[in-house]
Amino acid sequence: MRLETITFNNLKRRKGRAIFLLTGLLIGVATVVALLSLTNALAERARNELESFGANILITPRSDQLALSYGGITLGGVSLTAHEIAEDSLAAIGTIPNNRNVAAVAPKVLGAVEVAGGRALLMGVDPEVEFGLKKWWQLMGSRPEADDQLVLGSAAAARLGLAIGDTLDVSGKRFRISGVLQQTGSQDDQLLIARLPVAQRLLGKPGQVSLVEVAALCANCPISDMVNQISRALPDVEVQAVQQVVKTRMHAISQFRIFAWGVAGVVILVGALLVFVTMMGSVSERTREIGIFRAIGYRRSHVLRLVLVEAGLVSAFAGLFGYLAGVGVAVGALPLLGDGKAVWHFDPLLAASALIAAVVVGLLAALQPALRASRLEPSDALRAL
Amino acid sequence: MALIRISELTKHFVNGADCVSALHGLDLAIEEGTFLGVMGPSGSGKSTLLGLLGGLTRPSAGKVEIDGIDLYRLSNEKRADFRREYLGFVFQSHNLVPYLTALENVMLPLAVGRMKDVEKKRFAAEVLERVGLKDRLLHLPQQLSGGEQERVAIARALVNKPPLILADEPTGSLDTTTSRQVMELFSELHREGQTIVMVTHNRDNLDWFDRTIFLRDGQIVEEINQRPETPARECA
Repeated sequence: MRLETITFNNLKRRKGRAIFLLTGLLIGVATVVALLSLTNALAERARNELESFGANILITPRSDQLALSYGGITLGGVSLTAHEIAEDSLAAIGTIPNNRNVAAVAPKVLGAVEVAGGRALLMGVDPEVEFGLKKWWQLMGSRPEADDQLVLGSAAAARLGLAIGDTLDVSGKRFRISGVLQQTGSQDDQLLIARLPVAQRLLGKPGQVSLVEVAALCANCPISDMVNQISRALPDVEVQAVQQVVKTRMHAISQFRIFAWGVAGVVILVGALLVFVTMMGSVSERTREIGIFRAIGYRRSHVLRLVLVEAGLVSAFAGLFGYLAGVGVAVGALPLLGDGKAVWHFDPLLAASALIAAVVVGLLAALQPALRASRLEPSDALRAL
Repeated sequence: MALIRISELTKHFVNGADCVSALHGLDLAIEEGTFLGVMGPSGSGKSTLLGLLGGLTRPSAGKVEIDGIDLYRLSNEKRADFRREYLGFVFQSHNLVPYLTALENVMLPLAVGRMKDVEKKRFAAEVLERVGLKDRLLHLPQQLSGGEQERVAIARALVNKPPLILADEPTGSLDTTTSRQVMELFSELHREGQTIVMVTHNRDNLDWFDRTIFLRDGQIVEEINQRPETPARECA
């Protein structure tokens, strides 16, 4: 028999208090784990949804000649006449260290074209990526699925007097209008949007793009790191972070975190108080026992160990089962929150933290009662008979 | 040579504004192998004396030496070690740990030692067998009778083979027959050379002791030295 045997037998044969303490702590750990798991899943979903706010990194040709304003963002050096970006070089973005954080790469070619009665700005895009990235675009009709299809901005459609199904000659090539964008209030309203290869041919820029919008998800690294990584991968271009979008995104995620940690803090505090009160009660109830232990020659450190091993053991169980319960709650609750797009992922750090935090909180909360127990004078404890 | 030497032992208790004196300058020497009875009315200082002999509380003045060791010059932790090595306690109302079996209760003093688990079990089982509880090893205290619980308490006091056993009213809560059995057990230990100091208010126990001191108001008022004899059994 060792000191720990006494603790095991106490827990085994006096289950009531142990179960009360275990349940209380377990609920605490489960709440924290469920909350953090939900927050992580929801934050991830929020990050994904935030993509609808648009790109957060712009890649433009290195140029110091002309400035072009697009999408409300003034770009330093997009030249319509100077050199463009080679489309092939964009594959290098997939090789950067944080390539998993790159959500979308939307290359586009821009150029002036002749249309009936004047000039207009033609933009060639990859429709799937572009329309995916710009979820605020309200499209009547369909995307330009075929090479002879064209989508018009609302202002362009009005000025040219065209509707869906009409045809338009652009620099000598006939297009059918497949869709018209509803008014966005931006320069998108002025655009003619065609598929990228067609636009490249019409503008005489085969294999070239004028600008690339990149949507990066970077919860745990500064977006400036990704800008630097892309700059290194594409040394001949200008890479800029669109700070406003980045900051909005980070702010939304950090708000989730602050809320979760705030609640977690309160729950941890309540858990600690529960352990403290229960262990204090346990020590008072066991004053007589502690007196016996001290009288038969147990040192203060032995009594301290008895109380702390008990608290540590119960806390470890509470941590383990609390984590499992918390995950169960999170997995069960996720489909009920939002549209089911949020998914739970195993987070080993959270699992380890739950276990370690439960034990640390349990031990810290039990320290004062344990010290009190160990300081009991044997004669005082035995007088409590 | 005296195993225990008590000199000028004084103990006061502070109770609110009052200072209650439990022992006044007590001097006492107890030879090795003595079965000493400490008797006296309630509040005479019997239990205080036992507590001071056991290193459970500090004296207000005076000295307690056991086997040449000045008990209250030791640190708290050293005094705990001393209790483990030198003393066996038998408390009033048994004081067994309710969630431990008889065997585990007896092993308690060994739990913090370096002995192997098998050895601890063997020692504890042997002592329990010695006190006649061979068949009760795995019983919890609540499954044992009062006399059996008392014998477990005695076994626990014996398991680490201490030079001195201190017993506080061990028969206080037992019926006459069981009391007698328990006293016979103590007497047997005494015959084997065990030094025992027993506090009791039961005059029937007087005949078991080879020396008895009577306390009143914290002082020895009478002392009887007698040859230990096993009292004649009463007719059933």
